[in-house]
Amino acid sequence: MKVGIIRFPGSNCDEDAYHAVVDHLGAEAVFCWHKDHDLQGADLVILPGGFSYGDYLRPGAIARFSPIMQEVVAHAKRGAPVLAICNGFQIACEAGLLPGALLRNDHLKFVCDQVHLRVESIGTRFTSRYHVDQVITIPVAHGDGRYTADGDVLERLEGDGHVVFRYVDAAGHVTDAANPNGSLRNIAGICNSAGNVLGMMPHPERAVDTQLGSADGLPLLHSIADSLMSEALV
Amino acid sequence: MSDTQTSSAVQPRPGDPEITPALIKEHGITPAEYERVVEMLGRAPTFTEVGIVSALWSEHCSYKHSRPLLRTLPTEAPWVLQGPGENAGVIAVKDGIAVAFKVESHNHPSAVEPYQGAATGVGGILRDVFTMGARPIALLNSLRFGPLTSPRVRYLFSGVVKGIGDYGNCVGVPTVGGEVVFDPSYEGNPLVNAMCVGVLREEELMLAVAQGVGNPIIAVGARTGRDGIHGASFASEDLSAESESKRPRVQVGDPFTEKLLLEASLELIRSGHIVAIQDMGAAGLTSSSAEMAARGDVGVTIDTLKVPVREEGMTPYEILLSESQERMLVVAHRGREREVEAILARWDLEAVVIGEVIAEPVYRVTEGDRVVAEFPGTRLVTDCPTYVIDSVESPVLAAARARNPHDVPPLPEEINPMWTLERLLASPTIASKAWVWRQYDSMVRTSTLVGPGSDAAVMRLRGTDAGIALSIDGNGRYVALDPLVGGRIAVCEAARNVACAGARPRAITNNLNFGNPTRPEVYFQLKNAVAGMGDACRVMETPVTGGNVSLYNENPQGAIHPTPTVGMVGVLDTLEHVTPSAFQRAGDTIVLLGDNTDELGASEYLLHLHGLAIGAPPACDPVKERALVDALLHAISHGHVRSAHDCSDGGLAVALTECAMMRRDAQFGFEVDLTAWADLPLRALLFGEAQARVVVSTDQPDAVLASAAQFGVPAHIIGRVTAADAGVEFLVGDVSARLALTSLAHAFHNTIPDIMNAGAAHGDTASSSSIS
Repeated sequence: MKVGIIRFPGSNCDEDAYHAVVDHLGAEAVFCWHKDHDLQGADLVILPGGFSYGDYLRPGAIARFSPIMQEVVAHAKRGAPVLAICNGFQIACEAGLLPGALLRNDHLKFVCDQVHLRVESIGTRFTSRYHVDQVITIPVAHGDGRYTADGDVLERLEGDGHVVFRYVDAAGHVTDAANPNGSLRNIAGICNSAGNVLGMMPHPERAVDTQLGSADGLPLLHSIADSLMSEALV
Repeated sequence: MSDTQTSSAVQPRPGDPEITPALIKEHGITPAEYERVVEMLGRAPTFTEVGIVSALWSEHCSYKHSRPLLRTLPTEAPWVLQGPGENAGVIAVKDGIAVAFKVESHNHPSAVEPYQGAATGVGGILRDVFTMGARPIALLNSLRFGPLTSPRVRYLFSGVVKGIGDYGNCVGVPTVGGEVVFDPSYEGNPLVNAMCVGVLREEELMLAVAQGVGNPIIAVGARTGRDGIHGASFASEDLSAESESKRPRVQVGDPFTEKLLLEASLELIRSGHIVAIQDMGAAGLTSSSAEMAARGDVGVTIDTLKVPVREEGMTPYEILLSESQERMLVVAHRGREREVEAILARWDLEAVVIGEVIAEPVYRVTEGDRVVAEFPGTRLVTDCPTYVIDSVESPVLAAARARNPHDVPPLPEEINPMWTLERLLASPTIASKAWVWRQYDSMVRTSTLVGPGSDAAVMRLRGTDAGIALSIDGNGRYVALDPLVGGRIAVCEAARNVACAGARPRAITNNLNFGNPTRPEVYFQLKNAVAGMGDACRVMETPVTGGNVSLYNENPQGAIHPTPTVGMVGVLDTLEHVTPSAFQRAGDTIVLLGDNTDELGASEYLLHLHGLAIGAPPACDPVKERALVDALLHAISHGHVRSAHDCSDGGLAVALTECAMMRRDAQFGFEVDLTAWADLPLRALLFGEAQARVVVSTDQPDAVLASAAQFGVPAHIIGRVTAADAGVEFLVGDVSARLALTSLAHAFHNTIPDIMNAGAAHGDTASSSSIS
């Protein structure tokens, strides 16, 4: 598996994604520069966290116009996997790869913390290595992470099993206290209707090593690798 | 660029104000200093030259009242690669990996514009570190505010925290530790000290030394605007009612540009195209160009018409003194200008040649063909006078120290020591600062092994199996009541904190926050605090590799507590024994390293419960502190210590309770028997702040006692860790006190959020009250 990590001006989780993929998953990774049109043959594209273009205008609003994003959208349209984390999730929403939007946190402050997520769907290519209703620990770090979408979109996401992660307490219960940003229905991560683009505010690339507090993000990377492997075998 | 002009060509610019005694005074230059300038130049200075001198000879840039004292500090050790005098200090860690680090204050700007003041403080210290060729990996900060009961203080506190968070979060450098203290002495004059640590390979070290006649001088990064003009001089005078009107002297930060500049600068340094690089920080273009020239002992000439500006019609005076942020000054190898421009262009930044290194020994500024300023040799930097002031201790503070804390009658409720303990845990200085650090990204770069909320942060370093532990500490009340002892404690407490994490203390950076040094009582504090820090650094073998001095921290209500803060870097040779502060397992034995004494003076107990800053601070013997550190590290490195937490604010009772409930997700109880000290006054035993003490939990108490004995450190088994529902229990002779953990944990964890949420509901704003 070859992973293309998109580097926008202001990306700052690009190296963390690189280390997660190379050091912990053992796969190959390359950086793809925002001014280029070249995904360098990547099987998986990661849109990393950070503050692309300084979050000017609104998070992700400028990054979607980068030259490289034309290639990312084409890659997604081909059905190839895209993992959009934090600012990457915001960019993916702005670019129309995912429905809905990320608004300012309800308490209006940046929040950095380890949070609990419940895996809502193991039928995606991103979550096959988890089990149903598994509670995992993954950090969040964002100021604009309040997921919102209109009622129809939410119903469709829920009905199709495309709500992938939800903020919960340690026991796995959906509570207001467990929701770090006011996201509707405690939604932490969703995928698109084709199932090949995952957007999530929590940072799985920061949870790949128990030394850092959690390795619960690693099965997500392994799930993607599995899915690519089985595609290759078909 | 011509280098044939001579000093006789220097002419006042048309439209320059006349040089009058009033103008000189307005620039903070004394009559004697003015005479010195005239003697140096052999003529009267031009308006532009007055501006240059006012910046470079400001306290902030020249250290004129502190330099003779700073010279007494130890600065060398085999592991020190770069000591004071550069943009940051550098020490070797292991395997060719080194760390660069420095602390800097942004007190005055934060007092009038907390958000931008704090944000640009972070920006400046980041640049000081990456200009050394180091990639920033950690930020810490030390903050002081007045009591949170004041709406204005809440506005300053929340603005500073947001400013720090927004800047560091955006640049992608984790904020991993720090301290926040609330005390009435900082009400009108908050302190904002920011520390940055970066990592580099030893051979990548870059210095800010201009060299090579004919080499181009290049302005890099953001354009120069009219913001922050005279920031350095503003930081060198007392705050007053007029300070609000100096808000335009506060710079405006843009962390996005900083992130681009960071990446571009590191690429430039690694490219081999450049000779030297320095942040255009305090006093902007003037100080960066003059200091780089002085370090290389070369001449330079700068043409202000070539400097990229944000607006039309800026004068040389404004261009030279602007403190617009996110700018660097670079000396490149001649002929590599295109390559430098190309690297900057990749990051959408500008690089413009604005001058060159010249053979003639002068510091020259031109505006096109007109010479607007010229100083001989490097005398602009080297000729600034230094001052040694007669020092006298303030009789008020001496009298406060002489008061006996035991003369203070306890409050009726103190009959129950658990009531007192709960009150202390609800002191904002002691209470959890999670409300603060949840707003900081402490995990980006995936190297934070121990983040905020512990005694020290621990970072792993890629490329080696070693790590570093970081802490920043200072107690202004101790220093006010006894500057010599307070200075020692600042260093020893920081050393204890990194040792508790399992790291050997290696070097410090310090930030000296004091009042007006021309007052003998303030100079007394400065002199003795520096002497105390020097004592402790020598014994601890932690040289001072650089730092910052912030004087004139006064407002109409008076001076702040003298507050030296110490940023300590410790090294862990392996990551096998990274040690947490909090208890880990019920059933573990609790060992106290160090001894309990009857020392209640200068305590948080007296301040928070009785509103008093009185009594002598606890004694501090650096030799005992060193032995404690050695014993603790011996026990940790042999795998005998499960947790270690330093006793500081609030004393032993608070330290034990913090070990039990500082982590919301893993709480414990404990039972301790302190009958061995039943002859001490109970409140001194529980809440006195005797130094050189650490609370250790272990499953091998005999081994810990043996380590202590080996280094001659007193050690006692005082109890054991229990389950959270057992609560906390103290036994002292006939006195037994017990309380459920929940109420103590509630006080500790909810105090600051409750105050800030209530304040937000009342709409705390800048106009809640103004500096008066």
